[in-house]
Amino acid sequence: MATDVHRPVTTPKSPSTETRSAVRVEGLTRSFDGRAVIDGLDLDVKPGEFVALLGRSGCGKSTLLRILAGLDRDIEGTVLVPRRKAVAFQAPRLMPWKRVWRNVLLGLPGKPDRARAERALEEVGLDHRTHAWPKTLSGGEAQRASLARALVREPDLLLLDEPFGALDALTRIKAQRLVDELWQRRGCAVLLVTHDVEEAVLLADRVLVMDEGVIAYETEIDLERPRGISDPRFGELRAELLQRLGVDAPETSHPAAA
Amino acid sequence: MSISHAPPDPDVVTKSPAPEAAPAESDADSVGRPELVRLVPSSTRRTRVPRWLRRTSGPVLLLILWQLLSSTGVLTPDVLASPGTIARVAGDLFSDGSLPNAMGVSLQRVAIGLLFGVVVGTGLALVSGLFRVGEDLVDASVQMLRTVPFVGLIPLFIIWFGIGEAPKIAIITLGVSFPLYLNVYAGIRGVDAQLIEAGESLGLSRWGLVRHVVLPGALPGAMTGLRYSLGISWLALVFAEQINADAGIGFLMVQARDFLRTDVIVVCLIVYAFLGLLADFVVRTLERLLLQWRPTFTGR
Repeated sequence: MATDVHRPVTTPKSPSTETRSAVRVEGLTRSFDGRAVIDGLDLDVKPGEFVALLGRSGCGKSTLLRILAGLDRDIEGTVLVPRRKAVAFQAPRLMPWKRVWRNVLLGLPGKPDRARAERALEEVGLDHRTHAWPKTLSGGEAQRASLARALVREPDLLLLDEPFGALDALTRIKAQRLVDELWQRRGCAVLLVTHDVEEAVLLADRVLVMDEGVIAYETEIDLERPRGISDPRFGELRAELLQRLGVDAPETSHPAAA
Repeated sequence: MSISHAPPDPDVVTKSPAPEAAPAESDADSVGRPELVRLVPSSTRRTRVPRWLRRTSGPVLLLILWQLLSSTGVLTPDVLASPGTIARVAGDLFSDGSLPNAMGVSLQRVAIGLLFGVVVGTGLALVSGLFRVGEDLVDASVQMLRTVPFVGLIPLFIIWFGIGEAPKIAIITLGVSFPLYLNVYAGIRGVDAQLIEAGESLGLSRWGLVRHVVLPGALPGAMTGLRYSLGISWLALVFAEQINADAGIGFLMVQARDFLRTDVIVVCLIVYAFLGLLADFVVRTLERLLLQWRPTFTGR
């Protein structure tokens, strides 16, 4: 899949190195009132790679995602992202005045027909709610609609900003599986911002830990898919990442580790 | 050996304080259990009287009271005619064509004034709601002008526009513009920034954002503005038609005043009330159609 890396947020320095990345960030700095939240950050995401970004609250991980989405342009440094990219936010952010299928098609160029929205909604298992108003959707359904809205754009880069944060535990497990499936089928690069270490280890090829405005730690997750949290290697990776995040994991007494 | 797993003795069961079917008052206090209250389903609690009947019963009661006061002589005809007389007079005015004629003229004035007012009010609100430059240029002037009582401008309008239709329509336009401006402007500025951002991330152009996010988001505010405007348009009409009119409901009223016909005046007032009711119905219908997406409280 030829990922078309252009529409630079700033001008690229060397165009020859672009082709092998879905995201290329060099020396990115973003300051709020003189305080650098992102401070000389470098990041490379390969096409089709699933990257999870962990970090403590307020470490700038959501800011990074907003920059990659093109929503925040008060930046210094080089940022290259695919032209076709899509975002799913923590809140579904559906337009309440548009029915679900119109929400899915919103912003697509030309006059896309309803069947296209229906296909995307079918992919997330929401084809029975195409004509519903957003207010009638449950939290999980709304989040799936938001995912369908992102996928219908056939993105080369999918940015997920804690998309499961507001879901209940059961719905979250289903939604995580869905994202896993969709990513395997679509083959797009994914950047998942989350604070849930298990979620990161469950889904990502590579987990990054952000701290003090840079990627402070990264690790490849080479577990077999589908992954289960019962895998002993899973527990090791989880404990390691938690420690990097400044949380010392209790060995086995933690209920979630069982 | 397996006593601990054996089924509990029936005697023990009856003594244990758990049976749910037991009446609450039997031994509630002795065991210290909370008193149980039955929650009545809302369907049985609701009254059987249909909604429209409940809504009309108030005015009908008022009418009965009025008739009683008139027939007992508390209200004399030269103060206020009885409902029966008024109904007869209304019938006469209808059959000789003077009332339909006047209503037509008045409705036309309101319609034209409202149309201009909606265009001016919404137009200005869009300019100052969507653009910061527009806000700086428009908002201060509108806020200043809106504190001037528009009725006070009638003499000026007569000098400017003469005594024809123009000053009447101008006064309605003026009255209608301000509430619409304020509410549409507030509606635009009240649109959720998260939705704007979502629209941006979906690749909407500036105009696309306005069309798909800002304007629909401002619609509830615009409807509130429209309601205010309709109310004010009738008010403005009454004022406008009492001055130098030669047709319309207001003219009918002025004529009736000269002949001390309280019955005709009341008929005209009722007509105003009904037209206002009709306008409210139109807005309600519009709201039901256009705002059905809104997840708001609709009353119990």
